[in-house]
Amino acid sequence: MRFIFKTDYGQDVKLAKHGGQVFWYGLLMVLLLAAPWLFAEYWLAQLTFVLIYSIVGLGLMLLAGFTGLFSIGHAAFLGVGAYTQAVFVNMGVPFPIALLLAGTLSAAVGVIVGLPALRVKGIYLGIATLSFGFIVVEVLARWESVTGGNSGIHVKKPDLFGLKVDSAEGFYFLCLVIAVLATLGILNLLRSPTGRAFVAIRDSEISAQSMGIHLARYKTLSFSISAALAGIGGALYAHKLTFISPDQFDILQSIDLLLMVVIGGLGSVHGAFLGAIFLISMPQLISLTKDYLPAAVGQAPGLQGLVYGAVLIAFVLFEPLGLYGRWLKVRTYLQLFPFYRRGLFKRQKSFTKSDRLK
Amino acid sequence: MQFIQLVIGGISQGCIYGLIALGFVLIYKATETVSFAQGELMMLGAFCGLAAMTFLGFPFWLAILSTIAAMAVFGVLLERIVIRPILGQPQFSIVMLTIGIGYVARGLITMIPGIGTETHALPVPYKDMVFNAGELVLNAEQLVIIGATATLCLLLFAVFRYSKIGIAMQASSQNQLAAYYMGIPVKRLNGVVWGLAAAVAAVAGLLLSPITFVHANMGFIGLKAFPAAVVGGFGSLPGAIVGGLVIGIVESLSGFYLPEGIKDVAAYVVVLVMLMVKPNGLFGERLRKKV
Repeated sequence: MRFIFKTDYGQDVKLAKHGGQVFWYGLLMVLLLAAPWLFAEYWLAQLTFVLIYSIVGLGLMLLAGFTGLFSIGHAAFLGVGAYTQAVFVNMGVPFPIALLLAGTLSAAVGVIVGLPALRVKGIYLGIATLSFGFIVVEVLARWESVTGGNSGIHVKKPDLFGLKVDSAEGFYFLCLVIAVLATLGILNLLRSPTGRAFVAIRDSEISAQSMGIHLARYKTLSFSISAALAGIGGALYAHKLTFISPDQFDILQSIDLLLMVVIGGLGSVHGAFLGAIFLISMPQLISLTKDYLPAAVGQAPGLQGLVYGAVLIAFVLFEPLGLYGRWLKVRTYLQLFPFYRRGLFKRQKSFTKSDRLK
Repeated sequence: MQFIQLVIGGISQGCIYGLIALGFVLIYKATETVSFAQGELMMLGAFCGLAAMTFLGFPFWLAILSTIAAMAVFGVLLERIVIRPILGQPQFSIVMLTIGIGYVARGLITMIPGIGTETHALPVPYKDMVFNAGELVLNAEQLVIIGATATLCLLLFAVFRYSKIGIAMQASSQNQLAAYYMGIPVKRLNGVVWGLAAAVAAVAGLLLSPITFVHANMGFIGLKAFPAAVVGGFGSLPGAIVGGLVIGIVESLSGFYLPEGIKDVAAYVVVLVMLMVKPNGLFGERLRKKV
């Protein structure tokens, strides 16, 4: 058990709460920096995908986990970012400027989608974002002069003002830098008044409003930051795949993104990363176990969907705080060691509180 | 004439949307949760009907009734096993849970060797029957859909209006805790509602399958029923049907008069406009809480 004695107000706002955190995150950072020399090319590519999905996950986490607004069409922002990046990079715009444009355009689109969010809540918002997602995919598929329609579009290698990033390692470092910046940005945002306002809105709109929080402004802000991160993630995604088509940004991708934040753990920054690791490693795990299952089960096309669904159900039922929640329990158990009580994280039973009354 | 033909096609398609939306609304009204598995329940209903008609060789009416009964039992079990443990949790948990149920249902059906990945035709007695009324060409399938939807609506209306259980459902939908204090077994009622919703989904599946055939991905049509439910106002039973009809007719007309591609998103454009103009839908109730 660690006791932190606060002797300075500065300790309250420090990102790392104690020396242990500095050590472990430092070790993680060293590991990530050394990854290109430690892992084979295939695993490095997977790690790059984890970083890209984490950036998107951070955005969705901010929206769903910290502001309490659910977007069932987040892949649309991913798509907007990816296509913006593809179109501008192919026109010869340098990578950082294109990335900035991708983020800005996604944020602008996010504001537009956020507009109904000001009037509706809960499931209505989910359906608004769902509808928006379908419309974006359709636009991407039909606006052939720009997006190349259903046949997709090729994306050139990133170009950092003349410095071509064409190796897998180079692109990995690019993603790493952006992911670290995004994480630090989100962490800083969350301990600023803006972040506190988001959390207040999540916990109770009425009390947030009575504390003087401008609901409309903060909800729109949350939407736009979330969309911008999704757009940046989408831009990197486009570069990583080098080929994008509208069907990569459909409803299934949106649900995958939601699955990622729910399984990672809603309301925790760690959750975005844990969820991304889960999302990328799951297909690998399934294909690894395929050989050991009977052929009728292992080779069936529906196996992946079945496993995803079952894992999702299990998490919602047994571990609503996701992988991060599980880690919290394990850590508490170790910290309290022989004194951990079973009911420590127990949820209270209740009836559904009506959301229709506003 | 063509216009009327299109409208009739739209109405029959809209009835399907309406029936699925009816399932959403039933569950939403009673338990204040949104089920994303409604389309998959419909798919399961269609497969159930297929199994009853072809593999078990039941006569048509027996097959229909046994399918509906089987799905109702399935709905009750589903509520008991996976939904009830998280009663009272945030709405979003249940949304994710039902998405998970949808994935599992689709995965399981796809995994049935030889059947899951194929497309099947449901052998109904009214297949390929066509009536001519003047210049209009009326498909028996479309007429059956419209007729069955109307009957089902009347039935549900009667249940909610006159039966004790229906009134209990209305009470529980307004305030679960208060209903519980009044002696209404809220949990058991939730089970009944899920059973009812699954039965309605089964009817929708049986009605839809002569037109689109039976396959594992037919549940995705459920995503088009969301706009229907929202347009009608999420908490209103007649609203669901009217919303479905609106969406169906708009789709059918935009498919003919507007450029290609608009048809697929027409429903979503309508719902976005609706949410901006009148977020509570056509028949939605507007409730306010005083703090």
